[in-house]
Amino acid sequence: MASTAEGVRRRDWIHIAALSTAGVGGASVLYPLVSQMAPTADTLAASTTDVDISTIEPGQSVKATFQDQPLFVKRLTPEEIAEAVADDTADMRDPQTLAERLGEGNADILVNLGVCTHLGCVPLGAGEGEDKGEYDGYFCPCHGSHYDVAGRIRKGPAPTNLAVPDFEFASESVIRVG
Amino acid sequence: MSFAWAKQYEPQTAFTKWMDEKLPLPRLVYSAVGAGYPVPRNLNYMWNFGVLAGFFLVLQIVTGVVLAMHYASNTEVAFGQVEHIMRNVNYGWMMRYAHANGASFFFIVIYLHIFRGFYYSSYKAPREMIWLLGVVIFLLMMATAFMGYVLPWGQMSFWGAKVITGLFGAIPVVGEPLQVWLVGGFAPGNSALNRFFSLHFLLPFVIAGVVILHIWALHIPGSSNPTGVEVKKESDTIPFHPYYTAKDGFGLGVILILFTFMLFFLPNMLGHPDNYVEANPLSTPALIVPEWYFYPFYAILRAFTGDLTIPFTDIILVPAKLLGVIAMFASILVWFFLPWLDKSPVRSGHYRPMFKKFFWFGLIPCMAALFYLGGAKPEEPFIVLSQIATAYYFLHFLVILPIVSQIEIPKPLPFSITEAVLGKDEGGAGAATAATDMSAGDAPDASPQPAE
Amino acid sequence: MTIRLGGIIVGLGLTAVLVLWSLVPGLVNFAIPEKPDYYAFQEENIAPEGGFSFEGAAGTWDYAQLQRGYQVYKEVCSSCHSLKFVAFRNLQELGYSEEEVRAEAASWSLPGVDQKDGSVIDRPGLPTDYFPAPYANDVEARAFNNNAVPPDLSLMTKARKDGTHYVYSLMLGYGEPDPADQALSPEFETPEGLYFNEHFYNINIAMPPQLNEGVVTYANGPEATAEQMSADIAAFLTWTAEPSLVHRKQIGWFVILFLIFASGLAYLSYKQIWAGVKPKKE
Repeated sequence: MASTAEGVRRRDWIHIAALSTAGVGGASVLYPLVSQMAPTADTLAASTTDVDISTIEPGQSVKATFQDQPLFVKRLTPEEIAEAVADDTADMRDPQTLAERLGEGNADILVNLGVCTHLGCVPLGAGEGEDKGEYDGYFCPCHGSHYDVAGRIRKGPAPTNLAVPDFEFASESVIRVG
Repeated sequence: MSFAWAKQYEPQTAFTKWMDEKLPLPRLVYSAVGAGYPVPRNLNYMWNFGVLAGFFLVLQIVTGVVLAMHYASNTEVAFGQVEHIMRNVNYGWMMRYAHANGASFFFIVIYLHIFRGFYYSSYKAPREMIWLLGVVIFLLMMATAFMGYVLPWGQMSFWGAKVITGLFGAIPVVGEPLQVWLVGGFAPGNSALNRFFSLHFLLPFVIAGVVILHIWALHIPGSSNPTGVEVKKESDTIPFHPYYTAKDGFGLGVILILFTFMLFFLPNMLGHPDNYVEANPLSTPALIVPEWYFYPFYAILRAFTGDLTIPFTDIILVPAKLLGVIAMFASILVWFFLPWLDKSPVRSGHYRPMFKKFFWFGLIPCMAALFYLGGAKPEEPFIVLSQIATAYYFLHFLVILPIVSQIEIPKPLPFSITEAVLGKDEGGAGAATAATDMSAGDAPDASPQPAE
Repeated sequence: MTIRLGGIIVGLGLTAVLVLWSLVPGLVNFAIPEKPDYYAFQEENIAPEGGFSFEGAAGTWDYAQLQRGYQVYKEVCSSCHSLKFVAFRNLQELGYSEEEVRAEAASWSLPGVDQKDGSVIDRPGLPTDYFPAPYANDVEARAFNNNAVPPDLSLMTKARKDGTHYVYSLMLGYGEPDPADQALSPEFETPEGLYFNEHFYNINIAMPPQLNEGVVTYANGPEATAEQMSADIAAFLTWTAEPSLVHRKQIGWFVILFLIFASGLAYLSYKQIWAGVKPKKE
């Protein structure tokens, strides 16, 4: 074969095309290999939680599970609401008003993820007789983070308020989280 | 490594020079599967299967590690976990079907690799060690595949495990305690499933280790070739890269088309429906068969139906079950002795007229029959046929091969590989030339004549 | 030499044992024809007219048929057979909306835990629940079903050879023994409490005929003939056994076409590289 410039160019083109195609093939195999580690269909399907709030008395909390994590659902007493509203203007690390945390059309149901925003421990305060910390809310025993009645960080290492997941009222008595 | 004219690795950049001083890994790869490994220029497509087997080993390890992330080796949940993989895990069905069919394709390419070795006598000196290591790899593969088939804990998993571990019960005196020890109970259960999972995860890495030894041993004498004539000079060889990497790349593409066709369109064809029924220790499937790649050995196992008795008495010397077990293990162990059973000075089957006849009209039909009969129902005429095939199997390796290699008159060999490829114009003269013509007429695949 | 001599001796010995103690006695048995004492079951399955929509390399689900099949399962099969690997949420794949699935799940009753005293109560199903089993355990299943346990149906079409057609054939396979075949095996009979079905491997099956005409009423769609219901349940059980079936084939087309393209390029590349090594021709 004569090694004309034309021949050389054609030869190179074929090798480059073959190798790039092999590369594309190899890369597409990575997609299922990577995505198999993402949450499975049954895990994703279980990512909403219904909580019955009809039995929660004012001042009482229930612990539920949301996406395999603890969820605190609390019906605030009028005194607690007053305390939280009074603190709305206080100096805070992560300023937020009670109204913002409750959401529209919700007078007293406080929904928090029971996961300390510092390093993920479960704060105390949702159970009866537990240490509520210096601000009458939640206290994380791992590194001493204090949250107030509305779950806002007031003291300690945690950077942000307790997370409030998306939720809606499926009916008068049931909230659907997620 | 093996030939004086092998190209040496020459690092070009500062980084590769630094790397070459600290850890000459690129140099190792270059000499092993790169331009630094001279390979006979006349390899045909039968020489693709070593690389393909390596590919399927990697595929099995990758998909296997993925499946292990979602599996649970407990008899209560194992079957359901496999269904969880099939239904809930993202692309889990693809991973599992790739693993199940990957095992089959691993065995397909390995069998072709082995039969290449039988035909071209790749086991002969100086390549005995490569062959011995290869047989070790095959035995490890069989153990790994068997234990892997138990993990889904379906009916075939359970009964396969029970039957195969039951074989050990045939060994005199120590058999029954050995069987109980192997499964950690009186029948396969949680203990067996857990240890099988553990070993099924471990053994592929052992296989990978022996594969490295296999390749290392290969690089001492270099690859064999279809003429069986040893490499004599530089023109007999071409560098592995890019010549054989390109050829193996094409071969890989072809086998992947077949593999993905099975994976996506007939994923359960090589499996057994009964393994989609959860294991039930109280109910045996109508027909217990292993996976297809064990069929020849299963046929040999079942061929021995009569106890070895002293004639005209009832005294049993060796029970049939033990005879079958001995024969099954012997059928593979005999491969270890091949380099010394076949004493013909000529390697390639092309130049061995008598051997060639026994290969194509004896061994190949015999193996085909054993592959079929191992999956057949244990009834006539299949039993008698499997007995005939088993008898031929042992006669071929243990009797025919030693005698044929002694008495046959091989055809004249080409002077060199170059001559076999390029013909009389460049090769030697006289008698050697005539041999080339004969071989070319006999075996068109002896030279890789690239089509235009 | 020693190895070869040893090999010949071992080989001849092993063959002699095989031939003299196994093959020869076996041939004697072979010479005596075995009398077929069983009524042979029908291994060949039958198929509905026009086949199933998901068959073939380009098949797709017929969602209306799957929904009808689900109705058959719910109204007929589920009283005895579980479907334990399928969750209500999976029904969304049959074309039901999220709300419909929620309502459908709630129409099933599952064992739950009373939050006050921990006792077992009935509760409505949730989309995340799996289909409930009709019996608490195998003993109860046997007690209700003439000593036979109705198998789980999730994987039935993969757990039998040619499973989709097997289910179809089994549903329609009830009848009477063929007099000619009956004459060949006079000892064959169908015991009390079992039913003759030539597509069942054991011929006599504990399940009574189920899909009699009109046992379900399709809200809109074809008439519920035995053939129609059998085809619908066979299609539904194919989906339960392999929900990824259609998706799998679609990916398969793409992958194989890609690989053919890539192999073609690899072949050209290989030929280019080898162009200089080919034998010289006169």
